[in-house]
Amino acid sequence: MMKNLILLLSLLMPALALASEGAHLDRAPINMANTASLQRGVKVFVNYCLNCHSAASMRYNRLHDIGLSDAQIKANLLFAGEKVGETMTIAMNKKDGKAWLGAAPPDLSVIARARGADWLYTYLRSFYRDDTRPTGWNNVVFPNVGMPHALWQLQGEQRLKVAEQTGEHGAMTVEHTLILDKPGTLSPAEYDALVADLVNYLVFMGEPAKMQRMQLGIIVLLFLSLFFVVTLYLKKEFWKDVH
Amino acid sequence: MNKYLTCLLGWVDERFPLTANWKAHLSEYYAPKNFNFWYYFGSLAMLVLVIQIVTGIFLTMHYKPDADMAFASVEYIMRDVTGGWLIRYMHSTGSSMFFVVVYLHMFRGLLYGSHRNPRELIWLFGVAIFLCLMGEAFFGYLLPWGQMSYWGAQVIVNLFSSIPFIGPDVSVWLRGDYTISDATLNRFFAFHVIALPLVLLGLVAAHIIALHEVGSNNPDGIEIKKHKDPKTGIPLDGIPFHPYYTVKDIMGVAMFLIVFSAIVFFAPEMGGYFLEANNFVPANPMVTPPHIAPVWYFTPYYSILRAVPPMFSSQFPGVVAMGVSVMIFALLPWLDRSPVKSIRYRGAKYKIWLAAFVVSFLILGYLGTEPTTVWGTFDKGMPVVGGVDRGTVACRVFTLVYFLFFILMPFYTKSDKTKPVPERVTG
Repeated sequence: MMKNLILLLSLLMPALALASEGAHLDRAPINMANTASLQRGVKVFVNYCLNCHSAASMRYNRLHDIGLSDAQIKANLLFAGEKVGETMTIAMNKKDGKAWLGAAPPDLSVIARARGADWLYTYLRSFYRDDTRPTGWNNVVFPNVGMPHALWQLQGEQRLKVAEQTGEHGAMTVEHTLILDKPGTLSPAEYDALVADLVNYLVFMGEPAKMQRMQLGIIVLLFLSLFFVVTLYLKKEFWKDVH
Repeated sequence: MNKYLTCLLGWVDERFPLTANWKAHLSEYYAPKNFNFWYYFGSLAMLVLVIQIVTGIFLTMHYKPDADMAFASVEYIMRDVTGGWLIRYMHSTGSSMFFVVVYLHMFRGLLYGSHRNPRELIWLFGVAIFLCLMGEAFFGYLLPWGQMSYWGAQVIVNLFSSIPFIGPDVSVWLRGDYTISDATLNRFFAFHVIALPLVLLGLVAAHIIALHEVGSNNPDGIEIKKHKDPKTGIPLDGIPFHPYYTVKDIMGVAMFLIVFSAIVFFAPEMGGYFLEANNFVPANPMVTPPHIAPVWYFTPYYSILRAVPPMFSSQFPGVVAMGVSVMIFALLPWLDRSPVKSIRYRGAKYKIWLAAFVVSFLILGYLGTEPTTVWGTFDKGMPVVGGVDRGTVACRVFTLVYFLFFILMPFYTKSDKTKPVPERVTG
């Protein structure tokens, strides 16, 4: 059993190593305090992601935390008669998803915690045209991904340029560059900003209590520091008579 | 008012030894007056135990031990249960901090000889507590039902299948299935929330009763009971646990809670060491994660497992080495032959060996979190180690040091040049 497991692991290693270390990751400009960015992000999320992907742990009315009222949520984000107290589920079932795309699109509730913001930010900007793939799309960060480029109308179509170079010491280096062939409706800078908003939102959705946690943490630490000083003097007072 | 309370206390005392116990364990339990920093971790371990039990009770109110619902129920706790995120982070941070505190508590024993006569039984109960704690951590880690939960449990249960002859049946018996499944989750839940906590509480009680029977050791490693006030019979170097050590330990609690809260509120994932990123992916029996590593507190033993090469095409020797590396702590009271207990009066040999052991433990711990290729591979042309991962070779070397610390202990402690031990404790 163990041997089989190790064999299985070693077989999977090359493929998965590519998936995790294949590309350099850009730093995602995350700012959880920027509610405007989070609100733009949820708009992109609901319009573009929440059709194939669910976020089944996230309730619509949790968006109160990023400054949206029930009325705003209803008017802008609920398209199929859901109620604001419901979670972000989708109509597509996992079996269909697997049949249509090769792998069921994962639930995105905690995707930012699993993948990290930088990975998501780079991934969503690294799709390129690849006719050998069933969807016509491939990705530098996640090679042979099942997901097509859902935001292609915004970004446009990129092409992968592979340049092989012989370095100083005769070592071959392969350089991957993405070239924008057909521009989309957004400029590259605008598209990056849109993805940044989306990832910002995904980070928020991964742990909606994060801001509250840090705010409470400051109060708790201030209290404990004070408490520590009290206990320090209490100890000193009691220990005066120990020699 | 006071009169009535005294009356009530008298009524209770006639029926239950309340005052007698209060005196025996607190107000008239005489502890050495020279406890230092290392003596906080015993009471802190009790504090973390309480934190784990209380947060654990609240978690079980909302958690669903069901393969289809477990992952989502944890997220439900994180989002929809009032204060749920705090309870969950306290529990997840508590499990790691439990090991931090217990490792430091054990190291204190190695420093001052707390395992030596007459405290062998305290030490043995302690080793049993440590084993129980490892079980608790292992069973509990499956419950969030993430990828690391699933595959971690898979790897560990598979270790049992390497036992000759009966192994495969034992692992099926443990899992209740041929793979980790809903049946496994349910039984691990039962072990985690009731079976092992019961054992743990019993062992902690035994640990403390044995301690209060013989009295605490101290940084000088000498017995304060040897010098008693002839009139009162109270050890001259002893002070009542209450109020002196209760106020001192409350200060320790405050210090500890500052560190604990800093992690809970600002770094609950602790850079992936306390909560791993891969465990935010729901368990998937069809997809093996690229890198399976246990949580940090198990990694030294995991490194030892990986260090031993398969023999007779069986992983069993590695499993035995791993088991022995944990159990060997129980032999310490009999391996240590030094005439003195405390490191203050021991010679250079013990100090060097202890340092080597600590370094080995830490490096093994680090290597256990990484793939064996982390430090690259030795060149093919090199003798002996050619083509082998540097990480594997390092694991082997430090595993050897780890075991030699114990195996050679009777010799180097006996031949060590010790300093004279004072009669009374030194500040």
